[in-house]
Amino acid sequence: MIQGWHAIYYRELLILRRRLTRMLASMSVSPLLYLIAFGYAMGGHIQVEGHSYTEFLIPGLVAMSSMTQAFGIASEINIARFYWHIFEEFQAAPISNMAYVTGEVLAGMTRALMAVCVILLLGALFGVFLSYTPLFWLAILLNSFVFASLAVALAMLVKSHADQAMINSFVIIPMAFLGGTFFPVERLPMWAQKLLALLPLTHAAKSIRAAAFGQSPAPVSYGILLGLGVVFFLAAFWCVNRARD
Amino acid sequence: MIRIESLKKNYKKVQALKGVSLHVPQGQLFAYLGPNGAGKTTTIRILTGLTKLTSGAAFLNGYHIEKDTLAAKRQFGLVPQSANLDQELTVFENLDVHGRLFHMRRKDRRRKIDELLGYIDLLDRKGTPSKQLSGGMKRRVMIARALVHSPKILFLDEPTVGLDAKIRRRIWALIKKIQQSGTTIFLTTHYIEEAEFLADRVAFLDEGIIVAIDTPRHLISRIGAWAIDRVSQGEMETQYFRTQEEARAYIAEQEDSFSLRRVNLEDAFLALTGKKVK
Repeated sequence: MIQGWHAIYYRELLILRRRLTRMLASMSVSPLLYLIAFGYAMGGHIQVEGHSYTEFLIPGLVAMSSMTQAFGIASEINIARFYWHIFEEFQAAPISNMAYVTGEVLAGMTRALMAVCVILLLGALFGVFLSYTPLFWLAILLNSFVFASLAVALAMLVKSHADQAMINSFVIIPMAFLGGTFFPVERLPMWAQKLLALLPLTHAAKSIRAAAFGQSPAPVSYGILLGLGVVFFLAAFWCVNRARD
Repeated sequence: MIRIESLKKNYKKVQALKGVSLHVPQGQLFAYLGPNGAGKTTTIRILTGLTKLTSGAAFLNGYHIEKDTLAAKRQFGLVPQSANLDQELTVFENLDVHGRLFHMRRKDRRRKIDELLGYIDLLDRKGTPSKQLSGGMKRRVMIARALVHSPKILFLDEPTVGLDAKIRRRIWALIKKIQQSGTTIFLTTHYIEEAEFLADRVAFLDEGIIVAIDTPRHLISRIGAWAIDRVSQGEMETQYFRTQEEARAYIAEQEDSFSLRRVNLEDAFLALTGKKVK
């Protein structure tokens, strides 16, 4: 059913390899600025939940970057679809739509993992070493699975590259700032906490942070991420089916 | 072998195909000729699984394109109208990804890619990023890519559009060479001379309907062998004659001077559809 996924994944890896230096540089810029501005300059003496603000910030940045990089696969798909018409090459090939979705989602997850490694390296440069347990990595994998699947689904629905930029502005950027990246969601009023609990990034940030601090993350957050990931993955499959005119 | 039965395609209120039926036997080079918007690309898109049909049926080597989709897709290679090479990948990588999409083994892929790049005289460009290729080279690489998995059918959608005359002829020679290897070729074009030079059989498509289908020679002979053009009240008028003698006799009776020429496929299209192919 998913025979051929590796061809899609392989193509994305080739592109990734060709742009590796540029991508690593771009993956470093935002986290580095956040670490300097918020972690070092502003929050140098602030303690949050018993940790320095930089220690608090790193897991948040991991959650945010894994989301944005996994979601970034949507832009790649759109460029391939609208500008280079490469999507037709995949559509005309004897591979199932499930294989296509699997390949693209894995490519998004790979980008996310690369970005996470960059942040952990930057964190180490700032002297932050947290507990990178299997639960830490599992939360990252689930988070990137959710957003890579969502990215493939939305990339099939948008009609132009401009629509994609709008989704980023209205969905991804607000979520990046409100999903527990920079501050504990618990400091907000209860109604806001309930609202933010609907966002997958809130669960990802909480789980990644808890695991990184050596605490036990809430299993329900993992369950929500997995559930949403499966729903978005199936939605992506449905959207690829619909992409034929 | 390609078989299409009463194929219809509606885009909202527009009926792009109004019941097209045709049969292309194995090894034939079939040209699908018509003006822009006639439904040529829609037909190819349906046959290659890129577009859903509204009604009717289509078979590629006996496989129903909607019911046996994956098997049908293994039968053909597609060269689409727009250049769709992966700009960031090299020539080899473009072909290699294609081979992987068709589940080819590494050894077979490498052998076939070298063979095809030699075939299109671009073996020395194997490691060149495709964005550095000229328009003609890109088109040749696209043709090679479509052949990596050794398809029995090749769909060429306007393969020489935008190319200069010299490169166009080089592509024609390549297409002829591919046909000689036994591949069925389904070619859409709005270049009359391309269809006339290449095709064993031609279909004239106009507004979603096939108005005529036959060999180029038979289509031409339907309207005559010789033509005389003249401009009357700003409009070009053409008259057709069975023999050169008939045409010369007609010229002798006229006061104006005329040029006599052989009837070509464009005349046949014009006479049968009342339209120019643009």
